[in-house]
Amino acid sequence: MSDNYQGYREPALSVLKENKVSVWSAVEMSTKRGTFKGIILPRSETADNHHVVMKLHNGYNIGINVSVIDQIIETGRKEAHYKIPEKEFPVDPKKPNVKLLGTGGTIASRLDYRTGAVIPAFSPGELYGSVPELADICNLETEKLYGVFSENMAPEQWVGTAQAIGREIEKGIHGIVIGHGTDTMHHTAAILSFMVQKSPVPIVMVGSQRSSDRPSSDAALNLIHAVKTAAESDIAETMVCMFGPTSDQYGLLHRGTRVRKMHSSYRSTFRTIGDIPIAMVDRQKITPLRTDYIHRRNDREVLINTNFEERVSIVYYYPNMQPDIIDSLTDNNYRGIIIAGTGLGHVNKPLYPSLKRAYEKGIAIYMTVQTLWGYVQMYVYETGREIMELGVVPCANMLPEVAYVKLGWALGQSTDLDKVKEIMLTPIAGETTEREPYNGYLIYQGGIPEVEEFLRVIKR
Amino acid sequence: MIKTLKPFEEMTDADYAAIGLKVGLEIHQQLFTRKKLFCRCPAGRYTEIYDAEILRHMRPTLSELGEYDGTALMEFKTKKEIIYQINHETVCTYEMDDTPPFMLDQESLDIALEIAMLLNYQLVSELHISRKQYLDGSIPTGFQRTTIVGVEGWIPYKDRKIGLIQLGLEEDACREVSDVGHLRIYRTDRLGMPLIEMVTQADMHTPAEVADVANILRWTVRSTGKVRTGIGAARQDVNVSVTGGTRVEIKGVSRIPYLPRLIYNEARRQYSLLQIRQELHRRRITEKTFQSSSANVTNLLSRTSWEPLQQALQRQEEIHCVNLKGFAGILSQSTQTDKVFSKEISDRVRVVACLSRLPNITTSESTEETIDSFTWQKIRKHLSAGPEDALVLVWGNKEDVRTGANEISIRAREATIGIPSETRQALIDGTNGFERILPGPDRMYPDTDLPPLEITDQHLNRIRELVPDPFWNRLEKYREWGVPEHLLIAIASSPKAIYFEQLVKRYKIPAVQIARYLFEKTTAWKRAGQPVSKFTENIWDEFFAAADKFSTLLENGDKIITDFLQGDKGSILPLPESHHEIKSDKRKTDRLVKEIIKQICQEKLPAFTTIEKKHHYLMRKIMETLRGRTPGKLVSRLLWEHLKGEINER
Repeated sequence: MSDNYQGYREPALSVLKENKVSVWSAVEMSTKRGTFKGIILPRSETADNHHVVMKLHNGYNIGINVSVIDQIIETGRKEAHYKIPEKEFPVDPKKPNVKLLGTGGTIASRLDYRTGAVIPAFSPGELYGSVPELADICNLETEKLYGVFSENMAPEQWVGTAQAIGREIEKGIHGIVIGHGTDTMHHTAAILSFMVQKSPVPIVMVGSQRSSDRPSSDAALNLIHAVKTAAESDIAETMVCMFGPTSDQYGLLHRGTRVRKMHSSYRSTFRTIGDIPIAMVDRQKITPLRTDYIHRRNDREVLINTNFEERVSIVYYYPNMQPDIIDSLTDNNYRGIIIAGTGLGHVNKPLYPSLKRAYEKGIAIYMTVQTLWGYVQMYVYETGREIMELGVVPCANMLPEVAYVKLGWALGQSTDLDKVKEIMLTPIAGETTEREPYNGYLIYQGGIPEVEEFLRVIKR
Repeated sequence: MIKTLKPFEEMTDADYAAIGLKVGLEIHQQLFTRKKLFCRCPAGRYTEIYDAEILRHMRPTLSELGEYDGTALMEFKTKKEIIYQINHETVCTYEMDDTPPFMLDQESLDIALEIAMLLNYQLVSELHISRKQYLDGSIPTGFQRTTIVGVEGWIPYKDRKIGLIQLGLEEDACREVSDVGHLRIYRTDRLGMPLIEMVTQADMHTPAEVADVANILRWTVRSTGKVRTGIGAARQDVNVSVTGGTRVEIKGVSRIPYLPRLIYNEARRQYSLLQIRQELHRRRITEKTFQSSSANVTNLLSRTSWEPLQQALQRQEEIHCVNLKGFAGILSQSTQTDKVFSKEISDRVRVVACLSRLPNITTSESTEETIDSFTWQKIRKHLSAGPEDALVLVWGNKEDVRTGANEISIRAREATIGIPSETRQALIDGTNGFERILPGPDRMYPDTDLPPLEITDQHLNRIRELVPDPFWNRLEKYREWGVPEHLLIAIASSPKAIYFEQLVKRYKIPAVQIARYLFEKTTAWKRAGQPVSKFTENIWDEFFAAADKFSTLLENGDKIITDFLQGDKGSILPLPESHHEIKSDKRKTDRLVKEIIKQICQEKLPAFTTIEKKHHYLMRKIMETLRGRTPGKLVSRLLWEHLKGEINER
């Protein structure tokens, strides 16, 4: 299909062709509902096939059903050139160098007519054009590794990203920022914590919950926080840097193995689970909340280990789960299963034979909790003991998604299940902790007077 | 030196024609719905109590066609912190931009379509939700979700049609609580409520015409019974220009009677600004040759006795002076009633530099006692300013004062170009003040969160059946029915009009009587504190059915109804016996009348100068007994016969 008819399908396509008009034609359209004047816009591919979209002179868009169109007359053409103003990013030898690796997401974005959604735009010039504050912090270089939505991130991209980080560290970069869609940011943060070890510099993952084509977007502030962290912080870990509260106040630096997206749309969606974040960051300063983080070094040493076994799955247990769920993984030659069990780590009895069969076939099976907070404790109830006897290994307080990527990574290191077990149960980047602090589990309930009091007035 | 328009009261239509006044209207009308437009929060609940606060900033973004909007950049320059006050009952995570929109409220759409049909709009076949950027923070997303339902409608006015450009369906914004310095606070209860925006062509040529058209639009939308009424439920914006001027938008006029004076003052402002430009050009000051300079003059004013500056110095602020070369006399030129050009500058400084403590500037042309002439001389010398130059002082913290000084120069330079495209704020005294740069189509952006929404013919046909007769047709019809002039508008714009017409068609009772009861008398009873909410269509059905049967009942109608309102019955029926008509022939009535006359005449009658007065007096006396039982007309005729008989006897 020619680009002149972007997104249009029959019967709308023929109507445009018969009237000798196309996308970006300025037209007068006579219809049974009156005459409309405007510019024909591309049509989203997911929209129906019998409307023509027009932009009116006042900036509004409308759709006209082709069945009411009598005639379209082209009066001119006006093509849109959507471009974020590109300004050369200034270089200051006194400022630290930060590398921004792009995997997708919407740190800077523009409209995609094909899908009607936003797609990322990405270059230092574009970023400087839209977030000039970055130049006050560092010298920024960017590299677009991928342009995928976060649900399409997979081991191939994880490996590529880890290798890119390794290259940058060897070149002596002061800090790394990774732009990423938020949906699976915590999966990527976790796997990078295992694939990239002993980094001398901060590795900061960042994204936005409101795309950057909105005035209220969190993208710019998140990016400022992340770049500041990469450039200036003393924390040489893989972290997620996203809004702390929903207000434009400060970001939180979450350890890559303890962080999780907890709300489908809130700005403050990322929370550290079962512990407290590493630090707070705002435009002025970085405020550590704990002291046990890994400190920045001046060398260029780093351990990159990207071996990964893809045949691993998470099974989210639910009441009345049938054994064929487990059997199908066994029969399809999966090599590892993470169970997100109920309560302290439980599944029902009918699964036992299937689990036993899977274990006997050499599948590594690990237990985590779907409550997210708290430890697996399989001794408390008989069920737990029985399940362990089947070969299922409890994973302490490792988050299910973290256990999933870690098991893939561990199986990538060795085929020996005892060795795999040793890797799984030895913390590498804080994925399990020896103790859960009393303030590691705080989901305040609205309505309670003291919580309402906390919300009432913003602390500025 | 420079001409201004005559005072408001003296302006004639010919005067407005001479300056080429053109005015367009934008009316924002809230719809009467249960829910908000894009979420399921209740609509129309207002409260000043709030449970939480959220802080945000706004950044400009690119338009769909790849450009930045001027307003957006200006708002960004002001660097405001915005705080939203939130009440749990009225606001959810959608309004706070933490949740994507839900599907468009169907009830709102149906009302918008109905009004669009009523106003002769051409309806679109597919709604596309757009985002209209507002960087002032009045909407936490930074944009208003809005969609066009129809284009190119019209309403009749005098002997012509007033064109309507578009009808938009959109979400309402926050209510501002305060805006001081770099902090603006908003209340969020109104946010997200559905409203329609009706935009007219600039087809009105005098302030009075604008008020007329605004009223027609208001009455028309009210006639559906599906819009909100009361303070803030309808808000007017006007676009004003004069020949050679610029389209300037005045925002937020809450009452239509305020419109004419506002329009006059804007016309006057534009006229004056054009005169000022002419004068500047005469002095060879143009956009290119314009010159200004500024300097920190804090030290020169350290011993000032003028209080605003003393306070500024106490706050450790800087005082800067801007020298506008060749501007002498310009700053004190009148622009609006009781306002001079320096007010234009002060407004800009207030909004753009966030120097909101007033006065925020003073000028070398100020007539008030501010700074002594000796100090002015020192400042003049410091800035190498001659007597032909004008000086402006501005003060504030280090950063804002620089923005302020820069803005003074920008606004002065604009005077050489003409009238800046601005959105201006309606003020209570009928003048207006700067609000922001007028936004253009660049602030529109397609909403990527919601798919297009098809409007089928079936849907339109269903709505079409609900559309009432247009207001202007009703006026004509009721006039023909003999409804008095003073009731025409009230009835034609009332949702009760449909019921009124049904009654008129159903009964032989004159329309004027039905009109009086349903509207005039009901309003009077309501004002008198009667429980008029007891009136239902059932009650009126009973009443008018009875009146239709007994033609005399209406004469006693007021009493019947007030008895009903004050009583505890749920019905007007059965009518008390005293209201039953005397089923009698003329002879019987005649006898009755004569008897009563005789009785009355036994009392001492006052002296009457004319027979008509005597008739009038006796009629009133007789009807005290006979009202509701025998037709007044008959009694009157009999009484005349009797009185004439008396005369003949003499």
